[in-house]
Amino acid sequence: MSTASDTPQMVDSNGTRAIAAGNTRPFFWSVKREIWEHRSVWIAPLAAAGVVLFGFALRTFHLPHLLRQAQTLEPGMRDAAMAAPFAFAAGAILLTSTIVAFFYCLGALNNERRDRSILFWKSLPVSDATTVMSKAFIPFVVLPLTAFAVALVTQLIMLLLGSAILLASGIQPATLWQHWPLPHMIVVMLYVVVINVLWSAPIYGWLLMVSSWARRMPFLWAVLPWLGLAVFEKIATDTSYVWSFLAYRFKGAMIEGFAPTADHHHHKFMSISDVTSALAPGHFLSTPGLWLGLLAGAIFIAAAIYIRRTREPG
Amino acid sequence: MPCIEARGLRKSFGATKALDGVDLKIEEGRILGIIGPNGAGKSTLLNAVLGLIPYDGDLSVLGINPWSARNTLMRDVCFIADVAVLPRWMRVRHALDYVAGVHPKFDRDRAEALLARTQIKKTSKVRELSKGMVTQLHLALVMAIDAKLLVLDEPTLGLDLLYRKQFYDTLLNDYFDHRRTIVVTTHQVEEIEQILTDLMFINHGRIVLDCSMEDFQSRYVELTPRPEHLGEARSLKPFNERQSLGRSILLFESAEREWLAALGDIRTPSIADVFVATMSPPAQGGVS
Repeated sequence: MSTASDTPQMVDSNGTRAIAAGNTRPFFWSVKREIWEHRSVWIAPLAAAGVVLFGFALRTFHLPHLLRQAQTLEPGMRDAAMAAPFAFAAGAILLTSTIVAFFYCLGALNNERRDRSILFWKSLPVSDATTVMSKAFIPFVVLPLTAFAVALVTQLIMLLLGSAILLASGIQPATLWQHWPLPHMIVVMLYVVVINVLWSAPIYGWLLMVSSWARRMPFLWAVLPWLGLAVFEKIATDTSYVWSFLAYRFKGAMIEGFAPTADHHHHKFMSISDVTSALAPGHFLSTPGLWLGLLAGAIFIAAAIYIRRTREPG
Repeated sequence: MPCIEARGLRKSFGATKALDGVDLKIEEGRILGIIGPNGAGKSTLLNAVLGLIPYDGDLSVLGINPWSARNTLMRDVCFIADVAVLPRWMRVRHALDYVAGVHPKFDRDRAEALLARTQIKKTSKVRELSKGMVTQLHLALVMAIDAKLLVLDEPTLGLDLLYRKQFYDTLLNDYFDHRRTIVVTTHQVEEIEQILTDLMFINHGRIVLDCSMEDFQSRYVELTPRPEHLGEARSLKPFNERQSLGRSILLFESAEREWLAALGDIRTPSIADVFVATMSPPAQGGVS
């Protein structure tokens, strides 16, 4: 390494110094920087997985008993009962990462102004568009993918754990695998992750815009105007359009992304095969709320870029 | 091509005129000190030069418009806008990785060599470093960038004397090479007095003095007249008079040194002396 400074910095044994002129990747490094700063991006889903697995581990001791009990149920009910813990595990992990995404967005463009580190970021040749897009990349891509991967691994661990317990009690674990087919669960989880991200685009965009606009307390600025509007509407006209609009924006993906099924109301949980057959991507893609939401998300993010570009930093 | 050229540069915040028609021209290879009271418009001027804020008037930095072509400009311009603005959560090695990953003119080996001269560990987080060390880290990052213009806005504010001295020594010995241009603002004028090639005073958004250091030294003379010559000295129209240890000290602009030397001790005033005299209301000077 002692001669490294004498030679051109193109080649290096460990590769870290090989970045030379024309070989910079501002977007890649900006995303990486976000992950360095916000470790909750991967810690929170892992923590959720830990809680889920711990709970499941306690539960597995009853698994042989539960399975025997399940045999007495009618097939549909049994499938649903078997699938429930897996669906619940995935749901908990995806919900956790969604909550992380909300708070990430609120801080993303606000913290850098509050600690004035924006002055350092702006001293480097990284455009405001690259910076804001790299921050948007976290809730739109990194968090959903992380949550998906963590949920998938968690479910595999649950399957293996369950199988081990069943084998130890002399029961064939095939029943368990049969109720939770791997390809199906991958498809369903990916589908849920993707439709939720697309549907949430205006929420993330709004939060990013407020984060870049508000001087302080971005959470209040992001939430209170909507609540105020809803309360005002309720008092002034005794209607609740604003409230339904908001509720639809939060729940809409799960409503528009699935075909209503007859069974849905009778069972507490749906079996995985019911869920798979209820996927309705065509209907989801033809919902106006999706495209209006994406448009609004794009406008909010463009506004966030504009605000970061034009406002005096520091 | 001048490094920075401005004509009629203006910027208002509401009713406040932060820049009120600034004309300037800074050639390449100079070290310019911009001195002014708080709120004089120094930071606004630098922010405009760095493309951080929109402005009215003409401004060209390295031949390009800093507002519309900011992303291009930042490849050749570096700045330390304030002390300790490095993100506190960042590790030193992450800072090196990041700058190396985004800046085409960053020489990582050089940054590491500069850091090796300090006590800074690469695994430390910025929040664990003292203020002086944060500045050392920032300076190491900036000095490893092959920039044409370096802008320093109060780079040593709040640092102790040793770090301040070391900051400017490093900058002058290991960075400045007469091709680069450095613009620095500070309240600690005496520390940069020896390194400047050019000097600018700014007040109320206007430039009140703009000269090279050679001009400055030939232009201003400070006279401590012998008591019997005080009246005669005052009649030569000093532009400022102050008292020190019971004696009057008179400041002259563009005066004949030989004449003054006959009346008492003469010396070249410090920038601080001229600055205070220029910014003070003329009435209190006791001019005849």
